[in-house]
Amino acid sequence: MTKINDFVVRFANVNGTGSASANSMFAKAIFRMGIPVTPKNIFPSNIQGLPTWYEVRVSEKGYLGRREGIDLMVSVNPQSMLKDVESVRSGGYFMYDSTKPLHKEYIREDITYLGIPLMGICMEQYTDPRQRQLFKNIIYVGALSALLDIEFAVLEQLLAEQFKGKEKLVAPNVQALQLGVKYVQENFTFPLEIRVERRDLVGKRILFDGNGACGLGAVYAGATVAAWYPITPSTSVVEKFEKYAKKFRTDKETGEKNFAIVQAEDELAAIGMVIGANWNGARSFTATSGPGVSLMNEFLGLGYFAEIPAVLIDVQRTGPSTGMPTRTQQSDITISAYASHGDTKHVLLFPSNPKDCFELTADAFDLAERLQTPIIVLTDLDLGMNDHMSEPFEWNPERKYDRGKVYTAEDLENMGRFGRYLDSDGDGIPYRTYPGTHPTKGSYFTRGTSRDEYAVYTEDSAVYVKNMQRLEKKWDTAKEIVPKPYFYQEKNMSPLGVIFFGTSTYSSEEAIDLLREQDVVLDAMQLKAFPFNKDVEQFIEDHEVVFVIEQNRDAQMRSLLINELEINPKKLIRVLNYDGMPITADKIVKEISKNLTVA
Amino acid sequence: MTYIRPTFRHPDLPKNKINFTKKDYEGALSTLCAGCGHDSISGAIAQACFELSVEPHRIAKLSGIGCSSKTPAYFLGNSHGFNSVHGRMPSVATGAYLANRDLLYFGVSGDGDSASIGMGQFVHAIRRNLNMVYLVMNNGCYGLTKGQDSATADNGSKSKAGSVNPFNAIDLVGLSMELGATFVARSFSGDKAQLIPLIKAAIKHPGFAFIDVISPCVTFNNNVGSTKSYDYVREHIEATSTVDFVPIMEEITANYEDSKEITLHDGSALQLQKLHQGWNPEDKLSAMIALQNAKEKGEILTGLVYIEPNTNALHDVLQTAKTPLNILNEDVLCPGIDALEALNESLR
Repeated sequence: MTKINDFVVRFANVNGTGSASANSMFAKAIFRMGIPVTPKNIFPSNIQGLPTWYEVRVSEKGYLGRREGIDLMVSVNPQSMLKDVESVRSGGYFMYDSTKPLHKEYIREDITYLGIPLMGICMEQYTDPRQRQLFKNIIYVGALSALLDIEFAVLEQLLAEQFKGKEKLVAPNVQALQLGVKYVQENFTFPLEIRVERRDLVGKRILFDGNGACGLGAVYAGATVAAWYPITPSTSVVEKFEKYAKKFRTDKETGEKNFAIVQAEDELAAIGMVIGANWNGARSFTATSGPGVSLMNEFLGLGYFAEIPAVLIDVQRTGPSTGMPTRTQQSDITISAYASHGDTKHVLLFPSNPKDCFELTADAFDLAERLQTPIIVLTDLDLGMNDHMSEPFEWNPERKYDRGKVYTAEDLENMGRFGRYLDSDGDGIPYRTYPGTHPTKGSYFTRGTSRDEYAVYTEDSAVYVKNMQRLEKKWDTAKEIVPKPYFYQEKNMSPLGVIFFGTSTYSSEEAIDLLREQDVVLDAMQLKAFPFNKDVEQFIEDHEVVFVIEQNRDAQMRSLLINELEINPKKLIRVLNYDGMPITADKIVKEISKNLTVA
Repeated sequence: MTYIRPTFRHPDLPKNKINFTKKDYEGALSTLCAGCGHDSISGAIAQACFELSVEPHRIAKLSGIGCSSKTPAYFLGNSHGFNSVHGRMPSVATGAYLANRDLLYFGVSGDGDSASIGMGQFVHAIRRNLNMVYLVMNNGCYGLTKGQDSATADNGSKSKAGSVNPFNAIDLVGLSMELGATFVARSFSGDKAQLIPLIKAAIKHPGFAFIDVISPCVTFNNNVGSTKSYDYVREHIEATSTVDFVPIMEEITANYEDSKEITLHDGSALQLQKLHQGWNPEDKLSAMIALQNAKEKGEILTGLVYIEPNTNALHDVLQTAKTPLNILNEDVLCPGIDALEALNESLR
């Protein structure tokens, strides 16, 4: 079974042993050889000691979703070894530390064992226990490079880049790689049948994580105030924002910063600060995950009703409650769409790759100020915390921030009475003023209670209803300006449609190809935003059956479509995965095929 | 309910240094109960701002939820106000302050809003040393929901319905000092002579200025046996000193033996006379001892309690730019395409 550039390698490590950088060097080397890769961390909610896995899918065809079936397991963790042996596909390989002999319960007849005495080599070569630990990881990468035909020069180059400024460290690492290569050369037939061959399939693409891209997007979009409370898997959004803001927005002479970051006491305070800063005219955001969104509900309702911009990046994880905090899901759709009591609705954006994360985060700030309402960017752990091959970031140098409808002192000077909630333009969006604009004009009282068009408190039913209707009109305006869905075909070709969004996109695209090979043709639409516009409605109307692919138990996106577009539920068929692992194309194919047989 | 207020104002109303009359610092008609202590405090805030010649639009008023939190509608009508959600004013104030360091932030809260539901945010706003005034209108009860005890009600205090509060009170003054507040005072809504100079000094203070104002609830907590009734407070009040606010460039007139002058950050001064024995407002230990002694004796200690006139507020700590962040735009905030291309290159 020669499989060039098409296999999955999984590393079984112990959390906190320095395996992460060795493993990512492995993935990056294949990427540098022009071959598409998808690395994924499968990690515990733990700092040190528990099992952790790193999975790299190599795909000549460029499929970036997760795939079941391990072709090569690199087993460096005795705790999980039994499970790791079992998870190798028949005919696959099992690399392990052969310093001690393998117990017979680990022996399978249908896989090939590659024993390398990793600890033995380290004991012989190094005296410092920390070095023994760290170089063990580099040695197995060296061994893999020989077994899989990874170009050694590429690994050397990566080490040189990694230790730039600490050049002393390069040579010992190269030497450790060579120890692995040498052992393979002396003991095995190599390369294996699964291996890599240089290609030119990557082009200008980059390898980056979604959280970093969101943080960078916030820097480019001119966010100046970030308030947050640490929570997995969103933490690195603000950390990356800080990294890039420090780099690009600090005055080199004075050290003064054009941004402020506050680590709040909890998520309630984080979103409160964001609301306060936006009310006062700064672009401000927070990042959190499901449990944080639950806590932020109250302020999101205030933001909706008092019409205050806010940007919230929700990196979804497996719920409910604390759930599986280090596993992925798309299960905050319902709570985000309707967050808070009373009649509330929120604009949602659904990035599906790092470039999307960058662009939709930037767009979120424009939308928030244009619509004067909270915007929630729904990403997830898989996208946020793993590196993804992505088109490079782009920015239009002519782009101006859309600060929305804001009266200046001069506007106020030349107009009659200012009405904060007057719908002067007929689009449901009123004009606002920043505090401190004019000595005698334009001040108003912001409140979560009902008020009239001039922001004066009222309990008059008619005035209340008129205001709620204006908010609905604003919602209709939002439909026209949020990102449109992406259609994979110019003209519909099939009575069958499929809808997906976010990180379900990778495996959905692959599943569409696989089904096409079985002569099942699907028209496809990728959702980018809520509220849904006419195009979304039309797509569903144009198909007899539409599969909705998503990663939660309750088919939340399907429910939202049914609820908002008044679609016959029978028409929308759920295709779900909610085990905490990213959805696979095989699973989608299986689910869709099952339904086709029934139909 | 309050009453028709004449719209006519005498043309010769006195003006302050920046040509505003007192009317320019008034707000909408109060809808609180007649005789509510909160209305006196609103009046004191307006008076202090008028006398300080603060431009009304350079102040932002913020509040949470409750009777006290309604009051920002009743003073400084030319200022932006934000009546936020219950117990969460400190976070909104933090965000607002970060967005524009040039405005004055005046937070109004109540004992329920700060000592119960908002305790978490209250203490963290102090820790961060926001540059703001944080005034609690403290009546020991929940007015809007008809008189339940709050967390500042004293142990043993009797409610209007006759029940005795069995829990210990949270003392916001002692707590804020413990947390490092750099300006701490307590006052009484019935003592404008003390309250107005304290508010002025609090506005001038460059960090977190906390004022706990005992403000009796005439409807639900003004009965015999309540330790927050007008009569009880008047009988048990004890001041650390008299307080006079002396604006910049004005000479201090009187000079008594037991007096102290504290120069504030901008050059204005607080003149304190008839000093409480053993108390030095710039010495935290003596302030805490004075507070504890008063508590032991069943006295309500009012006046300035503690001050650290020069302090680094949150913007200083964060090293934020001097230009308010809310007026910056893409020309300075966006790193541009060359930086982005370099970043792309580093990710290949």
